[in-house]
Amino acid sequence: MADITMPKTAARNSDEAAAAKRARMDLVSAVVRYSLLFGVGFLMLYPLIWLVGASFKTNSEIFAGAGFLPESPTVEGYVQGWQTSTPYTFGRFFWNSFLIILPKVIGTAISCTMVAYAFARFEFPLKKILFGSVIAVLLLPNVVTRIPQYILFRDLGWLDSFLPLWVPSALAGDAFFVFMLVQFLRSLPTDMEEAARVDGANSLQTLIFIVVPMLGPALVSVCLFQFMWTMNDFLGPLIYISSVDKYPVSLALKLSIDTTEAFEWNRILAMSVLTITPALVVFFAAQRYFIEGISAGGRKG
Amino acid sequence: MAQVQLKNLEKVYNKTNKVVHGIDLDIKDGEFMVLVGPSGCAKSTTLRMVAGLEDITAGEVTIGGERVNDLSPSKRQIAMVFQNYALYPHMKVRGNLSFGLRIAGRPKAEIAAAVDKVAEILEIEPLLDRLPKQLSGGQAQRVALGRALIKNPGVFLFDEPLSNLDAKLRASMRVRITDLHRQLKAEGSSPTVIYVTHDQTEAMTMGDRICVMQAGHIMQVATPKELYNAPANLFVAGFIGTPEMNLVEGAMEGGEFIMGSQRLALGSDLAGRLSSQPGNAVLGIRPQQFSLVSEGPALQAKLVNAEFMGHEVYMHADCEGRRLVSVVGAAEFEARGQSDVIRLRPDPKTLHVFDKSDGRNVSLHGGSIAA
Repeated sequence: MADITMPKTAARNSDEAAAAKRARMDLVSAVVRYSLLFGVGFLMLYPLIWLVGASFKTNSEIFAGAGFLPESPTVEGYVQGWQTSTPYTFGRFFWNSFLIILPKVIGTAISCTMVAYAFARFEFPLKKILFGSVIAVLLLPNVVTRIPQYILFRDLGWLDSFLPLWVPSALAGDAFFVFMLVQFLRSLPTDMEEAARVDGANSLQTLIFIVVPMLGPALVSVCLFQFMWTMNDFLGPLIYISSVDKYPVSLALKLSIDTTEAFEWNRILAMSVLTITPALVVFFAAQRYFIEGISAGGRKG
Repeated sequence: MAQVQLKNLEKVYNKTNKVVHGIDLDIKDGEFMVLVGPSGCAKSTTLRMVAGLEDITAGEVTIGGERVNDLSPSKRQIAMVFQNYALYPHMKVRGNLSFGLRIAGRPKAEIAAAVDKVAEILEIEPLLDRLPKQLSGGQAQRVALGRALIKNPGVFLFDEPLSNLDAKLRASMRVRITDLHRQLKAEGSSPTVIYVTHDQTEAMTMGDRICVMQAGHIMQVATPKELYNAPANLFVAGFIGTPEMNLVEGAMEGGEFIMGSQRLALGSDLAGRLSSQPGNAVLGIRPQQFSLVSEGPALQAKLVNAEFMGHEVYMHADCEGRRLVSVVGAAEFEARGQSDVIRLRPDPKTLHVFDKSDGRNVSLHGGSIAA
């Protein structure tokens, strides 16, 4: 482009002009990229924003337009929704969810850690076949086992109790978590555990004092996943819980749709907001560990 | 008290892959034994079998006269220092040092006293409340050393403890470790040390005795001096010493070594120990044992390269198509090394003759060379 006979000052001017042009292009490109990202992001997030906005609207206003800002904000939906159409308040359903989630999350963390530790660090007969079956379970669609499981729990007399919802998971029944922890453990060097053995720790002490602290980020992810999935699980409670007083929130939400003749959408939306709140709060609180945990598979020890 | 014996020790992985081929080694109480060899020679595996971190396929390990094959590492009165320190990342230095004692359920006051004592010996008192990630490599290695020391073990096992440190730090840690061993000996606790390294300088400077290993076999066990002056075979000769010993292939005939068109008289002393039979041989000459001469019997070579090291010069010369390395004083190099063709005269007393077929050093005790 540049003419070789061009005097030096002119060349410098054209350099400066090129630099300025480049800076302008960078700015334009950044603006375009960010607007695009912002636009698409907003589009994806809009239903959630609308949900929060609509929960403060009156029932008639909800379907009046697609805007999310309520004209005259009201908490009526929350007050009435909390009361529900049953003899119980929504607090009861939250408590039920909690009673399922607590043993399930704790049980999962403990049992999956122990199983993963065994698979990752010990040699025992049939290990390959057993680990293969763990992976096979991982690939198996849930639906396939629904009926056999139902029959099993019925024969155990566990129907209409919380037991079928948390006992299998608390016994390392979730192959995904076992697999995730095994992968994480494989990426950790074994030196520390060997040092602990030389220091006199037995396998259990090594697990508790050395391995678990190093597994921290992965364990946080396991607990978070389990928490969110259980909170959102609808099918499990639907199949096994039949008394209203034992409903967790996921079923209770559906309940308010079932029993009301004219749907009180503002109540449903208000309770939906409450339902997703714990998951969101927990996620944001533990986000740092969570991301460390799920990205740790590719990290070198 | 804590002599260590390996009797016909073997290790086989996956039933077919034999990596340790029946090792016999006696390590005396209080001795500093270095296992040295190139990577993959199974020295670490051997150490880990002594530690109890690796199952023993066949043979026996005894510590203090007691067979320990089936004892857990913690029951073998050993302590181990790992290559990458293996400090517990979530515990402070104090916690790292005291972990073993806490697991053993010792009283708190005793633990605190032990930690303070070890910290004082290793000069890590200011680091006690730091986490391992806040330590430099040298500090981390000292903490790892402290974690071993605090147990007051009968046997210290070191698995390449200095290879992650830079050269300068390595040199100072080397001295610190041998000092510590001497100090403990003077105090009467006399711990045995088994030290694994691939670095022959570490081996030579630290070991009371050195066990040179290759591919799961022991090549020679001897004091540093003996290894240097009387290597039992080609492998040891080439492995020990810097720069490496020159190993030149040629033929033996009537007390002379023939390489290409040149002949080198071996001297009556050496020639007398060898059988007069002619045969193929490898001549070993240490680079330090050449002198530059201007006349008289010598190997003639073409100077290819010279590395100036300060007080001495490493000369790389081409002799009949073979590369000879010699180390001469800087002044000597100035005087006689400036011409293209140099004359190198080896000291006949320090020559080694190896059998080409099996690598034995036949000049040590006399013997014949396979034709």
